[in-house]
Amino acid sequence: MSMELIKPGIHIDFVGKMKYAIIFSVILTVIAIGSVIFHRGLNLGIDFAGGSIIQVKFQKGVSADQIRTALKSTKLESSIIQQFGVNEFLIRTHESFSDHKVLEVNLEQPLTTAFNKDYEIRRVEVVGSKVGMDFQRKAIFAVVFSWIAMLIYITWRFEFRYALGGIIALVHDCLIVIGTVSILNMEFTISILAAIFFIIGFSINDTIVVLDRVRENVKLNPKQKLGDVINMSVNQTLSRTILTSLTVFLTVLALYIFGGAVIHDLAFSLMVGVVFGTYSSVFISCPIVLLFENLQISKMKRKK
Amino acid sequence: MIKSLKIRIAITAIVCLGALYFLIPTFISNIPSPWNKYLPKEKIHLGLDLQGGMHLVLEIDTDKALEAMMERTSNDLKESLMDSKVRFRNLEKAKGATISMELTDSAGKTALENVLRDKYPDLEIDSADSRESGQLVTLKINDKRAAELKKLTIEHSLETIRNRVDQFGIAEPEIIPEGDNRILIQLPGIKDPERAKNLIGKTALLEFKIVDDENSLDEALRGNIPEGDIIAYGLHADRSTGEKSSAPYLLKNKALLTGASLETAKVQISNRFGDPTVSLTFNSQGADDFERITGENVRKRLAIVLDGVVHSAPVIQERISGGHAQITGNFTLDESRDLAIVLRAGALPAPVNILEERTVGPSLGSDSIRQGIMATLIGSILVILFMMIYYRISGTIADLALIINIVLVLGVLAAFRATLTLPGIAGLLLTVGVAVDANILIFERIREELRTGKTIRLSLDTGYNRAFMTIIDTHITGIVSAVFLIMFGTGPIKGFAVTTIIGLLASLFTAVFVTRVIFDYIISNFSIKKLSI
Repeated sequence: MSMELIKPGIHIDFVGKMKYAIIFSVILTVIAIGSVIFHRGLNLGIDFAGGSIIQVKFQKGVSADQIRTALKSTKLESSIIQQFGVNEFLIRTHESFSDHKVLEVNLEQPLTTAFNKDYEIRRVEVVGSKVGMDFQRKAIFAVVFSWIAMLIYITWRFEFRYALGGIIALVHDCLIVIGTVSILNMEFTISILAAIFFIIGFSINDTIVVLDRVRENVKLNPKQKLGDVINMSVNQTLSRTILTSLTVFLTVLALYIFGGAVIHDLAFSLMVGVVFGTYSSVFISCPIVLLFENLQISKMKRKK
Repeated sequence: MIKSLKIRIAITAIVCLGALYFLIPTFISNIPSPWNKYLPKEKIHLGLDLQGGMHLVLEIDTDKALEAMMERTSNDLKESLMDSKVRFRNLEKAKGATISMELTDSAGKTALENVLRDKYPDLEIDSADSRESGQLVTLKINDKRAAELKKLTIEHSLETIRNRVDQFGIAEPEIIPEGDNRILIQLPGIKDPERAKNLIGKTALLEFKIVDDENSLDEALRGNIPEGDIIAYGLHADRSTGEKSSAPYLLKNKALLTGASLETAKVQISNRFGDPTVSLTFNSQGADDFERITGENVRKRLAIVLDGVVHSAPVIQERISGGHAQITGNFTLDESRDLAIVLRAGALPAPVNILEERTVGPSLGSDSIRQGIMATLIGSILVILFMMIYYRISGTIADLALIINIVLVLGVLAAFRATLTLPGIAGLLLTVGVAVDANILIFERIREELRTGKTIRLSLDTGYNRAFMTIIDTHITGIVSAVFLIMFGTGPIKGFAVTTIIGLLASLFTAVFVTRVIFDYIISNFSIKKLSI
């Protein structure tokens, strides 16, 4: 006997639960957008907002408060200091320190006074506000265009209503990742943007696999109601959907646990995205195809 | 699909060996003598986030270059107009890259147009307003020429920066133009980022100007600067106290000679205090000019001005022939060495602004490599174990394909000299998770077919065929989304997109083609009663 996570004869009524799934997703999306509005936009990292990040590693235990005290009455006084791994801290400010002397006076000298030479500056990133604005604009363009590209591709390979279901699921996934980042008040960095692009590819993959099956089953059983065909197809591909999500999740988890602080954000948003990407392709994209089918039928009836 | 199993095995073997071939230098550092001739030399190129180094994005202020050019042109134009007996007043460089003047003759405009046509084809009249006293005329550079000049400025800057970095001696620097007026610079493994930044960003415009001792400096400091003069400051350090102070100079604005006339520049330890100085040698034209200038200005002071700062202003004792001069100042040895480099490489045609700067120390880089490899190993092992447990022998075949996939990605990275970054490692690991998707799709399909009672061979055929188009679709969409990320194009994140794309392409080959070859080989060589899947 082979190992089976999902038994072959399984029949879950996904279409029947569509109403709840849509309500659940609408609530999640509203919370996500609400959080962004509540926080007055995203907490943009220096890549998008401009500013400086300095990563400092200390040889012995030091607290963020101690560092803050040391930096009192310097230009870094109001900077954000956050722990970043063992004895390691990120100091973040919205000023762009492109002159080394400023850094020397405001960081190195006070730190040396407070902690001797027991520290090492491991990373300095300075992004001008001009570049930040550029990145913001480019990021929005790239995300929206990739949605449109997916819409075009799936319309070409399948049908427009299939594509629409896929894209709505996609936008839903992106919004939830962004919302999670906002709720946790994480910085929206370029890494999180990269995660969003991966999720776009991942989420549409799941949708394609299911929709492919729907198309095949429509050909095999032309008389059957679309709702039943969709239900059958989701069930037939369910074990693949779960297995693939599981393998991807395993790799993302390894990344989150062992990948180190620098890619923590990336790994975390990938985890969120993989979970919701899987959920949405089962519960959102296919029901939406059906929803559009029903809408079209009722329109046609009215015309008659 | 190619029918012959032998050919398919050969293709698989060639591709795998090819990838391994390009990976040899990455994994074996010292290849003994007769062999290293036949092997590639390039290791996998690590991004700055993994090996440490500096990433800079500079913006070249091309408008400033145009303004400087107009400044010089306005001086020449004055002389040309006087030569042609065109009467004018208040000719000066105006806002932006324009020149404004008043023509006092009624026929002035035609005369000006003649001069422009003969000697200044790049200039055109932007506006001309009639006044009581004459005509107020604004000149500008024509648009086509301005665009050309901007382009030249960028090319020249790029060339100059390349030159400076080369002379500074940094291994494998990357200096590439980006967008309209930006230059991206990557300096791996740099130890003193501040020094490199100064070296690259310094305009290094060297000018020789006469000090105006005929007019009063105090009067000028009060705001009455004589026409054609400027005030510049010089830095002086007191030798006994080391205190630095700045002293003003009143200079004739016209630069008599610039760094463009230099043949070479080098560091010398010459004076009695053992301070380093930079000695300059002019090219032959420069030497002649220098001789003439010093001859004409004996007893006057000649200021050596670097980027607007007066370094010294010695009195010219006599005509100086031979074409040598010296810049003294309070330099450290490193500073004078860098100054010699920038003078040799030439001045930047326009000032540059640093838009983006990222410096990663080598210790953070090696931590990142360690953690990245750790995560990749553990993640891959988890997936491999999962496939083995869930799909038994078929899963093991998929695992084999997965390992080939990783080797291929690394091989392609090495062969095309693509850069591996930390997010790139993350992308590689994600590819592992996604690549098995193709096999899961196929295997689930085969299981379905087997359940309907089909033979093993038929089930394999149907499983692979049915899943094939789906796999193509999922790969294409994955690649498309990564391509959008590449367009976003910044260092480490680009690496993420690149490995994802290579990984997806490789997985099309390994997960579909290679696994099929293995299945077909097993089925045609052993009589299998039951497929372990």
